[in-house]
Amino acid sequence: MSALTITYALLFYAATAILAIGVFRKIFIYARTPAPLLIPTTPAPTTATGVVWRMFKEVTVFESLFKSNKWIWIFGWMFHLALFLVLLRHLRYFTEPVWTVVALVQPYGKYAAFAMVAGLLGLWARRFVVDRVRYITNLSDHLMLLLLLAIGVSGILMKFGIVGIVDPAHTDIVAVKAFFLGLMYFDWQPLPADTVLVIHLTLVAVLMIVFPVSKLLHAPGVFFSPSRNQVDSAREKRHVAGWTAAETPGSK
Amino acid sequence: MLRAGPPRKRRAANSLFCYWNHNFRGLKNVADFEIPALKEYPVIPLIQVGSMAHSKPFVAKPDHQDAVGFPHELVDNWEEKAVKKLGELVQGSRALQVFLDACVKCGACTDKCHYYLGTSDPKNMPVARQDLLRQVYRRYYTFAGKYFPWLVGARDMDKEVLDDWYSYFHQCSQCRRCSVFCPYGIDTAEISMAAREVMDSVGLGQKYCNEILGKVYTIGNNLGLPEPALRNTLEGLEEEVKEDTGVDVRFPLDEKGADVLLVTPSADFFAEPHVDGLIGYGKVFHQAGISWTMSSYASEAGNFSMFIGSGANLKKTTRRIREAALDLGVKRLVVGECGHAWRVAYSFWNTLIGPFDFLDPKYPAPQHICEVTHDLIQRGALTLDKEANDHRIITFHDSCNVARASRMGNMPGGQFVIPREIIKSVANHFHDMAPDTIHESTYCCGGGGGLLTDDLIELRIKGALPRVEALKQVVDEHGVNFMAAICAICKSQFTKVIPYYDFPMEMIGSLHQLVSSAIQLKTKE
Ligand code: HEM
Ligand code: HEM
Ligand code: SF4
Ligand code: SF4
Repeated sequence: MSALTITYALLFYAATAILAIGVFRKIFIYARTPAPLLIPTTPAPTTATGVVWRMFKEVTVFESLFKSNKWIWIFGWMFHLALFLVLLRHLRYFTEPVWTVVALVQPYGKYAAFAMVAGLLGLWARRFVVDRVRYITNLSDHLMLLLLLAIGVSGILMKFGIVGIVDPAHTDIVAVKAFFLGLMYFDWQPLPADTVLVIHLTLVAVLMIVFPVSKLLHAPGVFFSPSRNQVDSAREKRHVAGWTAAETPGSK
Repeated sequence: MLRAGPPRKRRAANSLFCYWNHNFRGLKNVADFEIPALKEYPVIPLIQVGSMAHSKPFVAKPDHQDAVGFPHELVDNWEEKAVKKLGELVQGSRALQVFLDACVKCGACTDKCHYYLGTSDPKNMPVARQDLLRQVYRRYYTFAGKYFPWLVGARDMDKEVLDDWYSYFHQCSQCRRCSVFCPYGIDTAEISMAAREVMDSVGLGQKYCNEILGKVYTIGNNLGLPEPALRNTLEGLEEEVKEDTGVDVRFPLDEKGADVLLVTPSADFFAEPHVDGLIGYGKVFHQAGISWTMSSYASEAGNFSMFIGSGANLKKTTRRIREAALDLGVKRLVVGECGHAWRVAYSFWNTLIGPFDFLDPKYPAPQHICEVTHDLIQRGALTLDKEANDHRIITFHDSCNVARASRMGNMPGGQFVIPREIIKSVANHFHDMAPDTIHESTYCCGGGGGLLTDDLIELRIKGALPRVEALKQVVDEHGVNFMAAICAICKSQFTKVIPYYDFPMEMIGSLHQLVSSAIQLKTKE
């Protein structure tokens, strides 16, 4: 077994553990933290079903963002939808047999990579062009976009790259699949030593590791946002939690 | 049926109790800053760093701090204590927890705050305002901020940060407009409240809010209006209405056994144009034959505890209302026209002072005065002459806290429908302002959230810009000459600031002032 295989096997175990534990820890904290007062942004649904519908629209079509800013919406939605398709397509590396949906999106999914990159470039451009957005941008915001762009571009290079420029042959995706299935079933298989693949995988590992300590927490966070997930039923149902449930005033 | 000017008694009191309303007619300060020009079409300004850094409200004095239970002045080790308090607040609030983590700096909110639009100061962009707190939270409570502060813009808590906090968290009216447009509903109001609570807890309070809360505790209302003065005022109103209409409309105080306890912002007792609203409520109750009373003990619907984010004070202030309701033995709780007061009542009362099992379950508890009036109109219980308002061409200002933090009626958005239906039943000429400035997108008046004080006049004038621009459009297009509001703060703020934009302060009125003009009392006698 090559040093490369061992290194990347360990790296992906570590990255997976950090991602899973980190995100579950955060979800646990969000779920456990009380929401002492009712603060839905109104008009808000008056039933739980209504809230599910509101949340569904937020995460699928970014409803609030659509109302807010069409440029961010176009680029952002393009990026996220493309990312979704790309990730769906990637499931083929982790499933055997490959799920039908995953097989179905393969032909379209590969072009999603371009939409993803275009969306990211649009979002990044705003960070330079719009003075307000430039003002609120930190280095980490640039790096996050750079990271995702680099992942996207390295992926595209593997998929569509002219064979022979960086690596002598097209990435052996059958071997890649064997490597990852091997990780999952603790039956390690060698990882192909292609430069672009190794770059792609390294960046992906970085993404997984930073996920729980970065703004990517917006993905789990949105579901816990009280202004979006609370039912507007203040008069009908008494709500107490945290300091509002405590007897002594203001004991928080 | 217009009244012939306010009676003497009322006007004298107006200058005595000037907390709510600083409109000394004819007085227009010469401003040492530029009044923004009203543009034809709203323009998003380019940022001007630091343009409002000088804006700071007066700091609370030791006795103001005493009343609300906070240290007199900046305590020793305040940096450490502030950070600790912040940690506690975040631990106790899912909203803070999520909001501080989730922001992706997408920028969607950057042009949504009236204070940014009016001042161009980038720290008035909602996300930048949040970042003032987030930078500290990250530094002490997140992995990235602890080990890579330069990467994520994390900062130590120091005097410079505190100065920024004091300045810019008092440039947020907690109107929640940003929260509507953020993809995660991040509500800068929650962040401002937390920041103010942290500052209070280390001894840096804002005079205006804390002094007013002290008055509520010692006297019962924001104006500091004691029972005899209140009784006197209400008697004055009875005389006035009698003179105007020849009908004995009562404005009862502390009457045990009444059906309804009306809790209204104390500005309604004195300030112009608020008091015309109170007269309207009285006439509605009178014609509907509803027995009602006010309470001298709980003579304030406004609740500045929310502005300073203080749970302890929220509990303490609202408890007075429950006590008064029980003491007077009423069956219903009705709240007068006020934005944040209605938020506290609608969204928080049941939590803080419920359950309301002692009230009549046939009515929502609490109920907005507009819900009451609307109901009565629907049932045909009021005789209304629309023509009485024919000299008015009316528009309606949705108050931020009513629009985005509460509801009226039983369907979402009822808070937009009900006031407009009332206006249309009492007047013939009504025109809404531009769609992106009303309903849930309404612009704050610029004086909410504990900023309605003269030490912040520049901010208030500039912050009113987006609303005034929308107003100007309907004035130009439809000749609007009356903007109805359902909030004591909005009414005070607008009467004070629109003259700077060359609109007469008389344009601003209470919604129930329109009802008051239209209602025909004699017919049902
Ligand atoms: C529940 C799933 C998710 C939802 C609802 C969601 C929603 C959003 C929204 C509304 C925005 C703001 C608009 C924009 O810039 O696109 C955003 C930004 C962003 N999202 Fe997501 N997202 C989700 C998952 C993810 C995931 C899994 C990733 C990355 C692996 C991601 C990466 C990003 C990044 C990097 C930005 C900031 C873009 C910028 O810098 O302008 N999101 N997301
Ligand atoms: C462990 C996780 C991952 C593995 C094993 C992996 C592997 C690969 C491989 C082998 C390819 C080349 C496909 C081909 O030549 O047919 C590829 C392409 C690509 N990858 Fe990944 N990748 C992973 C995660 C990601 C992530 C998280 C992203 C996005 C944030 C991403 C984005 C892309 C893109 C955009 C392409 C090009 C288009 C496509 O083939 O779908 N990959 N990836
Ligand atoms: S809209 Fe929300 S996520 Fe976007 S920058 Fe503003 S607060 Fe952050
Ligand atoms: S709550 Fe209102 S005042 Fe405060 S930042 Fe948001 S939009 Fe501005």
